[in-house]
Amino acid sequence: MTLANAIIQGILLGGLLALFAAGLSLLFGVMGVLNLAHGDIAVVAGYLAVALVPALHLPTLWVFLIVVAVLMVCGYLVQRLIFQPSLESGPLTPLLVTLGMSVVIENLLLEIFTANSHSLSIGTFTGGALRVNSQISLSYLSLAILGAAVLSLAAIQLGLSRTKVGRIVRAVADDRDAAQLVGVNYRHIFGLAAAVAFGTVALAGLSLTMYTSISPTAGPTYLIYGFEAVVIGGLGSLWGTLAGGVVLGIAVTVGLLINSDFGALAPHLVFLAVLAVRPQGFFPRRVTA
Amino acid sequence: MAEVQVTRSQHSGLVVGGLGIILVAVLAVLPFLVVEGFTNFLVNLFILLALASMWNLLAGYGGLVSVGQQAYIGLGAYTVLFLAQHGLNAFVGVPAAVVVGAVLAIPAAWFLFRLSGGYFAIATWVLAVVAAIVITGIPSLGAGTGASVPGLLNYSAISLGAETYWASLAVAVVAVLATYLLLRSRLGLVLTAVRDNEVAARSVGGKVGRAKLIVYLVSSAGCAAVGAVIAISQLDVQAVNVFNIQWTAYMIFAVLIGGMGTIEGPLIGATIFIVLQQTLSQFNGWYLVLVGGLAMVVAIWIRGGIWGFWASRSSFRIFSVGYFLHAQPPEDGPAPPGIGPSQRPDRRKWLRRLRPRPS
Repeated sequence: MTLANAIIQGILLGGLLALFAAGLSLLFGVMGVLNLAHGDIAVVAGYLAVALVPALHLPTLWVFLIVVAVLMVCGYLVQRLIFQPSLESGPLTPLLVTLGMSVVIENLLLEIFTANSHSLSIGTFTGGALRVNSQISLSYLSLAILGAAVLSLAAIQLGLSRTKVGRIVRAVADDRDAAQLVGVNYRHIFGLAAAVAFGTVALAGLSLTMYTSISPTAGPTYLIYGFEAVVIGGLGSLWGTLAGGVVLGIAVTVGLLINSDFGALAPHLVFLAVLAVRPQGFFPRRVTA
Repeated sequence: MAEVQVTRSQHSGLVVGGLGIILVAVLAVLPFLVVEGFTNFLVNLFILLALASMWNLLAGYGGLVSVGQQAYIGLGAYTVLFLAQHGLNAFVGVPAAVVVGAVLAIPAAWFLFRLSGGYFAIATWVLAVVAAIVITGIPSLGAGTGASVPGLLNYSAISLGAETYWASLAVAVVAVLATYLLLRSRLGLVLTAVRDNEVAARSVGGKVGRAKLIVYLVSSAGCAAVGAVIAISQLDVQAVNVFNIQWTAYMIFAVLIGGMGTIEGPLIGATIFIVLQQTLSQFNGWYLVLVGGLAMVVAIWIRGGIWGFWASRSSFRIFSVGYFLHAQPPEDGPAPPGIGPSQRPDRRKWLRRLRPRPS
């Protein structure tokens, strides 16, 4: 019974990890940007909410919308001003540049908000839970985060496959030069994709801040989980990313059952095993996006 | 068609070698001459200098962009702790760390070399995280809280400071010298070719795989040696500190700022990094905001860093690992100008004129 509970909690945790991974998958799949500052950007979103909730006197959900909107604008600007020129400088330059960005963000947060951890609580919702039986209870917050992850991934998937912009994004990811030949301004398209990616990472940061707490250096841990989810699921497959997040989440909670240290180790071992056996992941798409 | 002559440098290597030996000799006697604060500053410089040289060898020449070299820093530090706990002198841990780093790099390379690009980078990081978690799980090594290195308190403060200084100087000198000798060797030719164009290097029969493996082992062993020095200079070993990705970020910053793919670059970058750290020390983490921002700017807009910027305008090199072509002077008449890096700007202007404007 405890095993069943661990697996269910793992699936719920997987939602949070998939939310981190969605933006990474989009940035890596469409633009080839390995964003090492992704976790830190999520933390920025969390701190933004922590600072704005007491300052604005608005319902918390409104503040969340503002944070997501602000980060989407940031995403477009960061893509145009930082990611794009570094992509043009070399295929692995974005990796090095975003590592620099990560250190800059972490130290700015340390200077502004100190090293103390912060959390957000939105009334009874954060603490409440749906009791299935005496052993298994599903917290409303975890359910909401999983729901947000599924909705975000579904929206991105639908947007990519059904809308005009999505079709252009796929075309650019597939063959940038050919897309440019038929008149696509790929830099603008990349900017839009980055805006969506930053929007999902803002959701991930807000979720994390409510789920546990954030500190300026919390980002890299979740960045690694995000990457692992992307690789396990297969680059370019958004549902694969969700599956990857769920696999990692289950590895954490089942690992914790065995030993408290093993909870941290198990997801990485699962990832390394997948990388050794099947580096292309389990649901790879031939056309990235 | 004029005959060409190939030389390895524009100046005699003996001059630079002699100056280098004098510089190292002066640095070696410094603990007898200056205050301890200055030697502590130099210890930090030597640590970063050695790390940056090792990362430059790995990524600048081998094309292996790793963000997980902190794995070897941590393993080196814990080698010192383990040996000191078993009654050995902590300084014996430095050469021992070299062996540990090189040996553990073999299985890591076996795994990592199936991957490339971003996947390689992420996998190096995950391996470092796994190493940190495994070591944290060993209670005798201090678990999560860390442990102080036994035996170091038997030293007087002055002699410990001096010996730490010498150890860090030795590691830095060996790191730079090893890089230089490696690049002067036959392997260096393959590595330089890989730096410039890996596909071309493979196509002319360079043993690229073997060269990359050797570079990975040397770089890992070097980082482990630095980790050992870090453990001694900090007197205690804590997993969250020695396995922190910040170390790799610092070495990458130093290499990017100074110039990737040159021996001189990391020396310049590490010096700039440590000088900024020292001068801005009263402003806490702001120096990292500055250095990180500088590294980003240089990586995007000044490819080749400070030394690369200089090298494209001058034929002067400190370390003669490249080649220069000189046209032979004809039987009569003045000598034609050498075909060296000094003529590159002209060619660039031509290329710019030929290239269509990017949209």
